[in-house]
Amino acid sequence: MYKVAVMGDYDSIYGFGALGLSVFAETDPEHASQTLKQIAHSGYGIIYITEELAAKIRPAIGEFKDMPLPSIILIPGVKGNTGDGIKGVKGSVEQAVGSDILFGSQK
Amino acid sequence: MAATQVQPTRMELTRLKKKLVTAVKGHRLLKDKRDELMRQFLELVREDMDLRLKVEKGIRDANSNFVLAKAAMSEQTLREALIAQKQEVYVEAAYKNVMSVDVPAFTATTRTADANDIYSYGFAFTSGDLDGAVKSLSDILPDMIRLAEVEKSCQLMAQEIEKTRRRVNALEHVIIPETREGIRYITMKLDENERSTQVRLMKVKDMVLNDAHDYTGKKKQRSEEAGA
Repeated sequence: MYKVAVMGDYDSIYGFGALGLSVFAETDPEHASQTLKQIAHSGYGIIYITEELAAKIRPAIGEFKDMPLPSIILIPGVKGNTGDGIKGVKGSVEQAVGSDILFGSQK
Repeated sequence: MAATQVQPTRMELTRLKKKLVTAVKGHRLLKDKRDELMRQFLELVREDMDLRLKVEKGIRDANSNFVLAKAAMSEQTLREALIAQKQEVYVEAAYKNVMSVDVPAFTATTRTADANDIYSYGFAFTSGDLDGAVKSLSDILPDMIRLAEVEKSCQLMAQEIEKTRRRVNALEHVIIPETREGIRYITMKLDENERSTQVRLMKVKDMVLNDAHDYTGKKKQRSEEAGA
């Protein structure tokens, strides 16, 4: 059994607490990286991170790229969408195919 | 083009021929693996994109609902309302093997079965907007769990496809041509050696016969006789 975590600034994520997800309010990149590493190794299967915070702690997220767990997923924050989540999907296509043949024309 | 020095021996030739057979077989298998992975990946990545757009829109809507809820009540009351969680979400992670890639498959379970347990507060002191906001977030949770599964699978498969593609290319454009070239080189060298041995033997035979029967001496004699 794995737990589900949400990381980001408090305003973006407090709602998830009500649903039963563990909420980690972080804004400082260094501290957030540490927390991410800590929770990734302590029984969290899915970690949702706001795009805003994820942009600051990219190296820490990259460490878990090859592992099947945890699944780290970007979600938009309360301040809006930076488009990094979509970029991630396009990045996968680019990595696999060589160029973005599916969503290249979409914004 | 013999970039690498090969020993022109029969043993090396047998080794290279075996290597070529393995390389060709491996190339065919890896190419099949790449094609199948690519097919499944493209299917999955389309679903990933659809889910992501849906989830992002859902979260955006939920966030605006929360902003509305926050406007109707004080920050303190809001924090108080959400501080004690009633519900808890767990995911069961099983691994699915897709063409040698281990991808996770999540099934979500909640600690209590009651769907109303997402409201972790009394309704007396909170605004109705908060209920709506929490509900809207709860509605997209299944999609979010599915997104986590699909997106992770896509990432892992993309890495595997990249690796496989590199292997296929290395075999097709480097290993197989180099081995073929090596085999050609050894065959030519061995043939050349054989011809040179044969010529040498013929020459030696000539010399031996000449020594034994003195052909050149007799030939000279015959030509002198003919001239006389």
